Parts: sequence; C-alpha cells; structure tokens
Amino acid sequence: MEYRLHTPLAQQEILRLRAGDRVLLTGTVYTARDAAHQRLIACLDQGAPLPFPLSDSVIYYAGPTPEAPDQVIGSAGPTTSGRMDSYTPRLLEQGLRVMIGKGDRSPAVRESIRRWGAVYLAAPGGAGALLAACVENVRLICWEDLGCEAIRELQVRDMPLLVAIDSEGQDLYTEGPAAYLSHRDEK
Amino acid sequence: MRTLDEKKISELVARLCIQANRQLPEDVIRALEAAERAEPWPSAQQSLSLLRENLDAARQRCLPICQDTGFTCVFARLGQDLHILGNFYEAIQEGVRQGYQRGFLRKSVVSDPLRRINTDDNTPAAVHVELVPGDQLHITVLPKGFGSENMSRLAMLKPADGLEGVRRFVLETVRAAGANPCPPIVVGLGIGGTFDQVAALAKQALLLPLDQSNPDPFYAALEAELLREINQLGIGPQGFGGQITALGLRILTLPTHVAGLPVAVNISCHVCRRASGIL
Ligand code: SF4
Repeated sequence: MEYRLHTPLAQQEILRLRAGDRVLLTGTVYTARDAAHQRLIACLDQGAPLPFPLSDSVIYYAGPTPEAPDQVIGSAGPTTSGRMDSYTPRLLEQGLRVMIGKGDRSPAVRESIRRWGAVYLAAPGGAGALLAACVENVRLICWEDLGCEAIRELQVRDMPLLVAIDSEGQDLYTEGPAAYLSHRDEK
Repeated sequence: MRTLDEKKISELVARLCIQANRQLPEDVIRALEAAERAEPWPSAQQSLSLLRENLDAARQRCLPICQDTGFTCVFARLGQDLHILGNFYEAIQEGVRQGYQRGFLRKSVVSDPLRRINTDDNTPAAVHVELVPGDQLHITVLPKGFGSENMSRLAMLKPADGLEGVRRFVLETVRAAGANPCPPIVVGLGIGGTFDQVAALAKQALLLPLDQSNPDPFYAALEAELLREINQLGIGPQGFGGQITALGLRILTLPTHVAGLPVAVNISCHVCRRASGIL
C-alpha cells in the first residue's frame, strides 16, 4: 500500500501501516541522533522539561550537512538507527510513536514498538540530497553546541519512506529479504 | 629539482574533498545504473531508482550526495624527486579544513575517541603516503562514511582456513552488516601482509575502479565469484530484499607469514566516493 500522511499521525493511521508500505510524509519532524538522545534521556532522568513534546512527534535520526547561504538545509539523509536502540524503549514509553532512520533495530526495540503501537519508518540511506529536497523549512530547537546533532524542527513535504517495523512487530529487514529469496527459489 | 608550494597541495585537497562528496566516480555511477537494470525485484528496483534521483539532486543543488561526508582518507603518491616548500602533512590537513568549510560539508571528526569533542573542521584526515619515482604528486581523497566503516571487519585466519576461510569470512561480514552500510555496497578485500597492512589493503581496494578486475586471473576469478555469492544473500538495496547487495568487490593482496592468513573486509556504501588529482 501507499499512503500520504500528515503529522501528527493519528493512532489509527499508525496501526494501519504494515511493513513494506510506502509512505509520503508531510509535516513536522524533529532531528535527533546519538548525542541528542543522550540529553533527552538525561532530561527524563532529571524530570526536566523536554525540548519538544514526545507524544504526537516524529523523530528523524539525522545530522544534516551545514546549509549554504541559499539553501534551506544541507544534505539530510538518515543515520543508522541501531545506535539509538538503547534509548528508544524509554522514549516510546514516554509517548513517542514514530521514528525515521535506516537499518534494523534490536529485538527490544521491535518489542516496544509492538507494545506501544508505534512505527519505525525507513528513509533511503545515502539519499541525503534527495531528502533535502523534501525539506521546506528548518528551525533550530535546542542544543546548538551539538552542531549537526542539535535538535532541529523540519517541515517536510512528501518525504519518501518505507514502513520498516510496524505496530505488530513485523520487520521488513527480515521479511523483505526472505520474501525475495523465496520468490527467487520458487522460479 | 621540481618544487611545489604547500598552498597548491591544500588547494587541490580542498577541491577534491568537495568534488568527491558531490559527484560519484564514473565507474560507480555506471555500476549503479547497471544494478538498476539487473535488479529483478520491483521494490528493490524502486530503491535503486531513488539513489539515481539522489545523484541528480546532489548535482543540481550542489549538495553532498550523503550527509555523512565522512572521515577524510587521503592517499598521496609522492614523487621522490619533488621538493615540497612548506609542511606536506599540514598542507593536506589545511586542504581538508578548507574543503569542508567551503563545500558546506559536515564535520564528523572528534578529537578523542572516548572524550569525543568535535574538531569542527573534519581534521585530522587519515593520510597514507607512498613514495614513488618521478617528480609528481598524485592525490586521491576518499571520504569514508562510518555507517559502512562500522560494519568492516578483520580476521587473522589460519593458513589451513585457506580460500574457503576467506570466502566464509567475507560472506559472514556482509551478512552481519545487513542494511547498516546502506547497500548496495562496495567491498574492499585485503588478504595477506600483517595485521596493520591488511586493513590498509582493504581500504586501498576501495580505490580501485569497479569496471576492472584484478590483473592476476586467480584473484580476478575470486572477485567475480565472491561478488556473485554476495548477490545471492538476498539482502538487497537498503536491506529490504533483492538481488543487488553489492555493486563490486575488489581484492588487493600482499605476501604474508608462513603462519598466518590475515584478511580484512572494508565495506563502503553505494556512495563509494573518491576523487583524484595530480600536481
Ligand atoms: S553508509 Fe554511506 S550512504 Fe550510508 S549514511 Fe553512511 S556515508 Fe551515507
């Protein structure tokens, strides 16, 4: 299936998505990668307010290149999500429902995605220029000292994504290759 | 004796950093195009066509192909009859500094592996120098993304493991890498030498063009065979299944000790960047 979705995503919209579905996402996403995740968790530990509300938000694991004066954003593809695995269950517990990145997730993350009815979307890895073209506006939210790892709010239009892990815990990183191999071997 | 000012070196390195990050080498572009034609699995083919669109977007918008503009690896072949005015190594680092600033490339280097403070100019680059006859300086810049670097591996196999051991290690490494190195990947395979040499060999194998093969027919056949086997794993573009897991595999070898069989697999993503120039 192919869906055009707008943020914030309603819970039913998330639950309807199946691994392998294509999504064109429009709306607001927040960039956060390794260092920002560490700080988000520190905020939670200290009971400090978060720089953006986790519920209804979309986190994009990305650290763009600096923008040239005439550009909205530099190259802005996804980074390897697995590095955020140790932080993710905590964020899901706090209301996060949508994550965008690349590469597979740990069994613990897959399980908490299922548990909380969340979804993990994959952006095409290594397609930073193409993804930059989907970004219409950028606003720095916090932690500028982290450079490319600072949290930024992006307004995106028709960001091309694939459902990698759905709310039932189906995982395209195992099922996709398996489907291809069984199709190939049937022939 | 021919002389060369350090400023010229910095200028060239800066230009190569920008060029390598915005435009793939011709042989890699051709390999990607061939992959799109060869890929039988429709969703995989769609992924590959997005990568082609990405290359177009990078060119049109003067953007880096990928936001991970890498740890800069610089390979210099320095003519022994060339006299350099100034500091050779510092000139290379200065070129990286300028290129990453001027080209709006991402600064992804931390000064210490554990305390992790960004150096803010992507230096220091890894510099490999080879002294060669003549009076020219040949420089290649390879910005290495770490999504794929992290999935690279090295093993000290036993001589008894032989060809079969190497084969198994390569396939295991690629399988374990899965989707993380942004497949379709390019594989640099080093065999032989010492512990440190074999890693450098594997990286240097990533400099070799994908449309050529090893001059030794034995290793040319091994390149083809390993590539064929990798492309039977089913990982596919982006790791979502498909035929094309790798665009190419190149091998470099060195003599080694009677008691050892070092092997290193350096994985590159499809953004297999390199740019060269001569002074
Ligand atoms: S592995 Fe390559 S394509 Fe993927 S994010 Fe890193 S540099 Fe970019």
